[in-house]
Amino acid sequence: MNQTRKISLTVNGSPVEAEVPVRLHLADFLRGQLGLTGTHVGCEHGVCGACSLIVDGEAVRSCLMLAVQADGARVETVEGLSPPEGPLHPLQDAFAEAHGLQCGYCTPGMLMSLKVYLEAHPDAGEAELREALSGNICRCTGYQPIIAAALAAAERMRAGRAG
Amino acid sequence: MKAAPFEYHAPQTLDEALHLLATLEDAKLLAGGQSMMPMMNMRFLQPENVIDINRTEGLSYIREDAAARMLRIGAMTRQKALMASEAVARACPMAPRALAHVGHFQTRSRGTIGGSLCHLDPAAELPLVMLLHDAVLTVRSQEGSREVPMAEWALAYMLPSLAPEEILVEIAVPLAPGWSGAGFVEFTRRHGDFAIASAGCLLALDGDGVIRRAAVGLGGVAQTPVRVPEAEAALVGARPGEGAFATAAAAASKVEALSDSYFSAGYRQRLAGVLVRRALTEAAAEAAP
Repeated sequence: MNQTRKISLTVNGSPVEAEVPVRLHLADFLRGQLGLTGTHVGCEHGVCGACSLIVDGEAVRSCLMLAVQADGARVETVEGLSPPEGPLHPLQDAFAEAHGLQCGYCTPGMLMSLKVYLEAHPDAGEAELREALSGNICRCTGYQPIIAAALAAAERMRAGRAG
Repeated sequence: MKAAPFEYHAPQTLDEALHLLATLEDAKLLAGGQSMMPMMNMRFLQPENVIDINRTEGLSYIREDAAARMLRIGAMTRQKALMASEAVARACPMAPRALAHVGHFQTRSRGTIGGSLCHLDPAAELPLVMLLHDAVLTVRSQEGSREVPMAEWALAYMLPSLAPEEILVEIAVPLAPGWSGAGFVEFTRRHGDFAIASAGCLLALDGDGVIRRAAVGLGGVAQTPVRVPEAEAALVGARPGEGAFATAAAAASKVEALSDSYFSAGYRQRLAGVLVRRALTEAAAEAAP
């Protein structure tokens, strides 16, 4: 009973076709079959937020979605946040400058969540950002530098839009 | 952990889904997956068959039915869509307040109203919202359909009035409920956690500012979300204020409460009283002319 299905989707803009076991979740598919290990797997029950990424423009927990459910979808992972040769996305720059990470395990989930949130709420203040990030757990930083990074990135993303 | 093996089915139509549900052994419907996928990953749940209704047509909509004076919500409507809907906010003023506490924005993008009502976690917000707003649920099977008032939906702890071959397809609430104010207060250790207790209150005032109708409900306190009729009766005919609110809060703190290894029944009852008073104060502030 290890049923598989063929799926086709786009991952960071590139078309992908694959045959996947139906019980495989999206995070494990990206990591195991596509080698995109930027998406981190933490709790695997939707609580820690480490595996958060973007499916059809929405932030989702990729441990709570089956790979077969992503058939036909547009998936964005942290690998697609900025081109390999640079420059970094404003969020990545801000996290580096504000020390918004230490071990980095939660960072991809933080970045992908914030990308969706700040695109929808470009003027978000500290209170909104704290609530938005309440579903992303970090065990290193104490969150202060993450919030500082998010606020700095929001400002740069607004400036980028204006310019 | 990883989910145990299962056979996967993705019906395109409701008829196909109902047929699968009626014929397959040990089948489980997969809606938004924000509660069921964790249970499968942790292997609390190991169904032989998973029927994924995310691509089943005609289950996701928000429609104002003027003839029946009801707002009709498809069971697969995402929580995010509910939160963004002005029609939902008009008919269901409790909904946008409570939805902000449903998980996180990354789970509301997938989580559905029907999934939450069928999972029926006692701490979940949407069952409480629908109980306060006198929702009527439509369930379908191959035999036909039936309507269940939300007051009769929860049979016991996490057990909805839903047979194994039935699917919840629609949730309807009165289009113009006439509430003057709503309040929702939840107590958790962290934002987005399961509620240790939550309270929702709706007030309708008459022209003289006297409470004409009231709805008071609790989540996370009892085995199922509950209304507190004694609190509602104490409010009707009174003026909003500390006196009436204290009586209602006292009634709320007498509800038979859950006890677990984290929080005792007595603690939950105490919270119930405090949260009802706060929710009433919030509702009254909004209702004030």
